[in-house]
Amino acid sequence: MRIETIVCSAALALAVITQHVQASEKLTIYTYESFTADWGPGPQVEKAFEAECGCDLEFVSVADGVALLNRLKIEGESTKADIVLGLDTNLTAEAKASGLFAPHGIDMGNVSVPGGWSDDTFVPYDFGHFAVIYDTEKISTPPASLKELVAQSGDTKIAIQDPRTSTPGLGLVLWMRSVFGDDAPAAWADLKDTILTVTPGWSEAYGLFTSGEVEMVLSYTTSPAYHMIAESSERYQAATFDEGHYMQIEVAGITSQGADNSLSARFLAFMTGPGFQDVIPETNWMFPAGKIEKPLNPVFDTLVKPSKTLLFSPEEVAANRRDWVEEWLEVMGR
Amino acid sequence: MAAILLLALLCGGAFAGLAYEAVAGGSRSSAISNSRIFGVVRFTLFQAIFSTLLSVVPALLVARALSRHDRFFGRELLLRLFAVPQALPAIVAALGVLALYGRGGLLAEPLGHLVEGRWPGIYGLSGILIAHVFFNLPLAVRLFYEALQTIPHDHWRIAGQLGMGGFAQWRFIEWPVLRRAAPSIAGLVFMLCVTSFAIVLTLGGGPAATTLEVAIYQALRFDFDPFAAVVLTLLQLALTLAIIAGLALLGGRYAEFASLSIVSRRYVQPKAFEAIANILLVVLAALFVLAPMIAVVISGLKSELGRLVSESSVQRAALTSLVLAFLSACLAVSLSFGLVSTRKRLEMLRRNAGSATLAERLCDGGASMILVVPPIVIGAGWFVLARHAGDVFAIAPVMVVTVNAAMAMPFVVRTIRPSFDAAAERHDRLAASLGMTGWYRFRLVDWPAMRVSLLSGFAFAMALSLGDLGVIALFGSDSLQTMPYLLLSRMSSYRTADAAGLALILAALSFALMSLAGRARSGQ
Repeated sequence: MRIETIVCSAALALAVITQHVQASEKLTIYTYESFTADWGPGPQVEKAFEAECGCDLEFVSVADGVALLNRLKIEGESTKADIVLGLDTNLTAEAKASGLFAPHGIDMGNVSVPGGWSDDTFVPYDFGHFAVIYDTEKISTPPASLKELVAQSGDTKIAIQDPRTSTPGLGLVLWMRSVFGDDAPAAWADLKDTILTVTPGWSEAYGLFTSGEVEMVLSYTTSPAYHMIAESSERYQAATFDEGHYMQIEVAGITSQGADNSLSARFLAFMTGPGFQDVIPETNWMFPAGKIEKPLNPVFDTLVKPSKTLLFSPEEVAANRRDWVEEWLEVMGR
Repeated sequence: MAAILLLALLCGGAFAGLAYEAVAGGSRSSAISNSRIFGVVRFTLFQAIFSTLLSVVPALLVARALSRHDRFFGRELLLRLFAVPQALPAIVAALGVLALYGRGGLLAEPLGHLVEGRWPGIYGLSGILIAHVFFNLPLAVRLFYEALQTIPHDHWRIAGQLGMGGFAQWRFIEWPVLRRAAPSIAGLVFMLCVTSFAIVLTLGGGPAATTLEVAIYQALRFDFDPFAAVVLTLLQLALTLAIIAGLALLGGRYAEFASLSIVSRRYVQPKAFEAIANILLVVLAALFVLAPMIAVVISGLKSELGRLVSESSVQRAALTSLVLAFLSACLAVSLSFGLVSTRKRLEMLRRNAGSATLAERLCDGGASMILVVPPIVIGAGWFVLARHAGDVFAIAPVMVVTVNAAMAMPFVVRTIRPSFDAAAERHDRLAASLGMTGWYRFRLVDWPAMRVSLLSGFAFAMALSLGDLGVIALFGSDSLQTMPYLLLSRMSSYRTADAAGLALILAALSFALMSLAGRARSGQ
């Protein structure tokens, strides 16, 4: 009797917590968690788009891009998502292969990313380059290339992320591959001495870095912009690497379910315009991949400008990811 | 028995869901090559066994030291503080530990002299062990202390009359109780270490330190291979079962004495030498556990606490966390009570007839097995089922509460079992002869005897659920933001100071819970 009463009251209380508001015209977008956070782009984007379309935009968020694709795979045809926003080019080949996405069919005139963009399924909304961020209070001359970083010995260390669990971690594996090619395993063996630890996600590594535990961390060229704008601190800076920097492009696509919803294509078109793009730089801390009206904060001009953008095609990544991660594991796990 | 069924349903459902997905989607190649799996298993077991030993053996001594003295300054406070680490997300605890022993830590300079050069930090096995002991030593101390409290006061009186020395008391009074409790407490700690994830990766220093849990996570995330995830989970279950079974053999049988407590005073006071040793022991343990917590508090105080507390998202998350934790704790305590009483009834039934039956063991250790099934597996499996059954978002809160309750049960069972068993030994016959059953019996007999441990179990279950991240990340919907979830999301968007502040709030909440339970305890 007692247990039943408790369970019943529990269910009742929960029903109250999770009430949903229903509206007539509705667009559902699956995205990652930091997009919809109070300080993320989500709230402003939602407001701007709802004002334009007079509809109801609902974001549903999961942990990150990888979880996003898994969620969609589990839900399959019965997904509620009209749009999935937050995959990157390392995942798009796999996403296409799932057959759960429909062609976007929108005009790509606004879109600009380094190296250009042509894809009939996914539309980019921002991009960034990976970079080694260092603490200027501890390092006066940072490594000038990936080769220098690898060859480095001594007391300065770096925290990186695990490519099996984290996007930047996979980014570094691809970066090393694009610079060292088949010699990547040997390069990893050299780099190993400089690596303090390998964390499961970006936040653990960055936390170690800002708490002073480690002098360098793998992150994005835009990371210093956050510290300069939000904290007025120039302490953390990105190192420019001669070989160029590996790029991450974040994209959105319409699901085969969402293809019937006229709001889907309308949102993607909106996404490439100023209503969306103006919000991106200082909420998502990435570079806009579409048309902006508000000029970028001058701080973004002071950031590292990669001399060369490195990027494998989604197909190359899909075909080799397993082997390259395995290769990394072979060296690092020794 | 309902509790066991629920747990079985929880795991079974998850496996069924994943198996369905594996069949429907067709399994790809295994997530982890066979040659490496051996190394992973070896490392998993190695670090877990070491962590368990280092947590449980000192905990035995510390718990005894704490219980030896009638008045131990700050004992209640210490025991409450010892519940806090369980509510901290792993990364917060790891940063706390590193603030002391890390390369940039407080002790880096003196330690640097030892190694002649720059202190390299504690990355590797040592880091994993330190962090695991930080989490599990206080847990084990609390549980052992709880077990020691069940020693009837008459034993102490007799010990006093016989003039037993410290060693004799240990041998004849304390050790039998501790030995009886040890296998299940060690088993619990072992399971927590086997499934450790973020700590092993962050402090392990590289992928050489990989546990099965990491492999399972990888199988479900990047490779999305439900088949591999299920196989690895079963492997983890089997290994743990084998170890736990081995531990059970070590546990002695010990029959409680059916006697009523009539005196509440200690008749034996430790000698000066022992008193000093006890104090030293407790101070060392307290330093080890409290120092990283102080580091967490200090970095939390550096954040803008005022702004954080007034933010509506923080208030909402705190409220959501508290409501979910409260419901989980209700469920966990009710189910644990059912389990504990069923186990006792089974034991009574076979009175003096051989060793424990399977059903009995199920009620005891069986419930703990849920800890070895990774939350991501339970989450993903049920997610698949829920998708076929209806609205995923609607069941999310129910899932979070149920899984949290299930995860807290092993702790609650261990907290309340000693006092339940002791009370049953004392009152069962009397209650039976008076024909007292059901609610009347609970209200008049069990409740007064178990009030203290039930409350402490409840508070502990709540503290555990407060810190839980498990399933919430998978079922994440914006209406269900909890404190740890908010903390990690602040951390993942550069707001490290906010995260530190939230960690402090989380620690304060769980400390407040333990204090409330403590207040109720002393107010009886």
